[in-house]
Amino acid sequence: MPDERFSVLWLQAGSCGGCTMAVLEHGARGIFAELETFGIELIWHPSLSEETGEEARDILAAVERGDRRLDALVIEGSILMGPGGTGRCQILAGTGRTMVDWVTSLSARAGVVVAVGSCAAYGGIPRADPDPAEATGLQFDGADRGGALGAGFRSTTGLPVVAVAGCAPHPGWIVETLVALARGDLGASDLDGAGRPKFFADHLAHHGCSRNEFYEFKASAERASDRGCLMEHLGCKATQAVGDCNQRVWNGSGSCTDGGYACIGCTSPDFETARGFLATPKIAGIPVGLPLDMPKAWFMALAALSKSATPRRVRLNAIADHVVVPPGRAKRGGGEGGET
Amino acid sequence: MSRVVVGPFNRVEGDLEVHLDVEEGIVVAAEVAVPLYRGFEQILVGRPFEDALVLAPRICGICSVSQSLAVARAISAFSGVVPTDNGHRATALAHAAENVADHLTHFYLFFMPDFARASYAGEAWHAAIADRFAAVKGRAARDVLPARARLLETMGLIAGKWPHSLAFRAGGTTRALDLGEIMRLRAILADVRAFAEEVLFGRRLEAIVALETLGDLDAVAAGPGDFAAFLRLSAALGLHELGRGPGLVMSFGAYPGVGPGGGDVFARGTLDTGTGARAPLAIDRIVEDPARSWLAGEAGPPARATSEPDIEREGAYSWAKAPRYGGRTVEVGALARQLVDGSALASALVAPSGATHVAGRVVMRLVETARVLLAMEGWVDALERGAPFCAEGAMPTDGSGVGLVEAARGSLGHWMTVRGGRITRYQIIAPTTWNFSPRDAAGRPGPLEGALEGIAVGAEGARSVAVQHVVRSFDPCMVCTAH
Repeated sequence: MPDERFSVLWLQAGSCGGCTMAVLEHGARGIFAELETFGIELIWHPSLSEETGEEARDILAAVERGDRRLDALVIEGSILMGPGGTGRCQILAGTGRTMVDWVTSLSARAGVVVAVGSCAAYGGIPRADPDPAEATGLQFDGADRGGALGAGFRSTTGLPVVAVAGCAPHPGWIVETLVALARGDLGASDLDGAGRPKFFADHLAHHGCSRNEFYEFKASAERASDRGCLMEHLGCKATQAVGDCNQRVWNGSGSCTDGGYACIGCTSPDFETARGFLATPKIAGIPVGLPLDMPKAWFMALAALSKSATPRRVRLNAIADHVVVPPGRAKRGGGEGGET
Repeated sequence: MSRVVVGPFNRVEGDLEVHLDVEEGIVVAAEVAVPLYRGFEQILVGRPFEDALVLAPRICGICSVSQSLAVARAISAFSGVVPTDNGHRATALAHAAENVADHLTHFYLFFMPDFARASYAGEAWHAAIADRFAAVKGRAARDVLPARARLLETMGLIAGKWPHSLAFRAGGTTRALDLGEIMRLRAILADVRAFAEEVLFGRRLEAIVALETLGDLDAVAAGPGDFAAFLRLSAALGLHELGRGPGLVMSFGAYPGVGPGGGDVFARGTLDTGTGARAPLAIDRIVEDPARSWLAGEAGPPARATSEPDIEREGAYSWAKAPRYGGRTVEVGALARQLVDGSALASALVAPSGATHVAGRVVMRLVETARVLLAMEGWVDALERGAPFCAEGAMPTDGSGVGLVEAARGSLGHWMTVRGGRITRYQIIAPTTWNFSPRDAAGRPGPLEGALEGIAVGAEGARSVAVQHVVRSFDPCMVCTAH
C-alpha cells in the first residue's frame, strides 16, 4: 500500500538553525505529535532524525532519483552562491556537492518547495552588504524575483516557492503552512506578491501592538525600556512590516514591540540592507518611513493634532518603564480610562 | 590505512563533516571540517555598532541570547554602561532559560537517540531505551518538548521572543517586569522544576546539586528518571573511557552580576585536568590560527584578526580557525565550566584518567541544569519591583571592547573595535570553534580531533556508534563555529 502521509524533507542551507528551534516550540504535545496528527512524515531533518552519514545520503539519493516521493522540500537558510559563484561556501557534508546543487536538484522532485525563514525566502541576514557568501533566496534575491531557482520555477504541483518569511518566523506560521499544504488547502492564490502566505502576511506587525494608545497620541519612547511608541525615535517599522505578530503571542506572551524593542521588518525582502536599526531615520525631524498606504501630509497633520491632545497620563507613561500615571477612575457609573 | 568520511553528521546544530584515518579498525587521525561560511564578521564591519545587536544574534538560532550578550558586553566594555541590578537579573534569567533549553534539547533530541540505533539491538536494555529515546518517535520527546516550550515562555516575558531578540542591551533588558509577570516567572519555573524532578532526575533538584562523588552517582543510577537511564548506559558502555579531552579546560565566567557579591555565579579561569593546576583567565593569551582554514592571513590575536575567504589555501579543510590559549588546545562547555567552578562531582569524574570524557560531559550538562534552575528561582526572588531594568548612558563614538560569555556550549568571545560610531573590526570565537578546531600551523589537532584518535571502529568504519557518541558529547554548534 502506498504511504499516504505527506512527506517532508527539511534541509538547512546557510542558516542559523533558528527556524528549527522555533518549530520545536510549537504544539501543546510537542511538534512531533502535532505532525503525526496531521499525517506529516519528516523523512529527514538534519537536527532531529536518527539517520546520519551514509544513511542520510541514501535518503537524499532516493529522493533525487525519484524513487521516494517528496511532497514538500523545506529549506531553511540562505542559498550561498559564493565564493565567486562556486557555491563552496556550503558543501553538504559528506557529499562533496554544494548545497545550491542539492537544492536545485531536489526542488525538481518536490510537490512544493517551502522557504522557511527570510533567509531561504529572500537571502536574509547573510545577504547584508558586503554579502560575503553571495547569499540569495530560493525564488527572490532580496526584493527581485529570481534567486537560486529562478522566477519561473514551479514545483511538480505547479506552485511557486512558498515563503514563510520572518527571522525567525512565528512557529505557527511554519506549522500552519505545512499543515495547510498537507491538506491541500493552500494554493497559489493564498500567497502574496512576495510568496508569503496571506494568512499572516495580510496583516501588519503594528496591528494589535500593545503600544497602540501611545502610537495614536504620538507619545514616544525616548530610551530602551520606555513604554511609549517605538516608531518616532527608536526605529520601529511595525507600521510597514507584514505579519500578524501582535495578533498572536510569541513564547507564551511576547512579541518584539511588547518586548520593548523595535520591529526590524524581518518579514520583508531586503530588511537586512538597513543601517541604524535602533534609531528612526529622519529628515528635518520627520521620520522617513511612514505608513505605506497613508498620504504623508495627512499623517503629519494627524500626528500634530494628536500630539497636542495627548493626555498627561499617556505622555508621562511613554517615557517611563512602568506605569507612573494609572487610568483615572470614574466617580460613579460609566467606564474607566479617562484622565483624572 | 583507509580514510572514511562521516557526513552529513546530523543531530548537531549546523553542518559537520568528519574524516577518519583508520588502521586495523582503530582511528589513527581525524579531521573535523566545518563546511559552512556566511561571513558575519565582514557584514558587521562598517555598520553603526549598535546594529551588532540585530545582526550577531542571527549567527545562531540555538544560542542567540549568548550572541546578543557578547555584543552587549563588548559595548559595556568600551562605553562603561553596565546593567542595572534588575537588568542583571532579567538578563541572567533569559540567558539561563536558553542554556537550560539547550541542555535539554541536546540530551533528549541530539545525544540520547544514538542508543536507540540498531547497532545496539542485541543489548538487553535496547528495547526500553529505543521506546523512550528514538529520534522523533520516542516517548521522551513528548515530555521534553512541552517542558522546553514552557521554559522558553521566560523569553515572552523578558525578551519578547526567542530566538533572535533585541531585548539585551549594555544597560540591561528593554522590558520592565511588574508584579503579575514576576508571579508568572515563578509559575514557569515551578512547572519546569516539576518536569526536571519527575521526568529527568527522579529526585529533587537539591539532591542533584548535592552529588559529590562517583558513589553518589551510582546511587542515582539505581533510581528512576532519564538521568539514571543514561548513567546505567554509560556504565555498561564505558563512556568514561571514551572521548578523552585535551587536558586544558576554560570558562569565561557565567551569569555576571547575580553571583556572590555581584560577581559571576560560575567562576572564570582555566584548569589543567592532568595536574589540577588552576590559573586566572588571561584573554591576551588567545590566538587564532587560520593555517588549515579556507581563510587568509596568519596566526594572531582576535582583536587584530580578519576573516577573509581564501578557498584555495593549501592544506585547508575547514572554515573554522584554530583558536589556541597560550599555544594549547582547550575544551569548553558545561563540564569545563563546572570544573573551573570547583564542582566536587566534576573533579571526581575526571580524576581517574586526568582527562575529560563522554560521560563527564553529559553528566555535568545535566547537573548544571539542576544548579541553574535552582539559581533562577533565587534571581526571580531578587527582582526589585519599580527599580529600573535598563540603564542609559552616553555612548562614545570610538573605542574597543571584548564581550565574554559562557554559552551553553562554552566560552564565547566577541572582539569589537569602533571608530566614529562604526564598527571597524569584529572577530568572534565561539565555543565549538575551540572544541572542533582544525589543526594549527604546528599540526596540533583540535580537541575533538584528538578525542577521536584511538577509537576502535572495527568493521563499522564510518557507521561506528562510538564516533557518534564522542562527537555529540561536545554538543557542537556548527553554525557558530565558523559563522
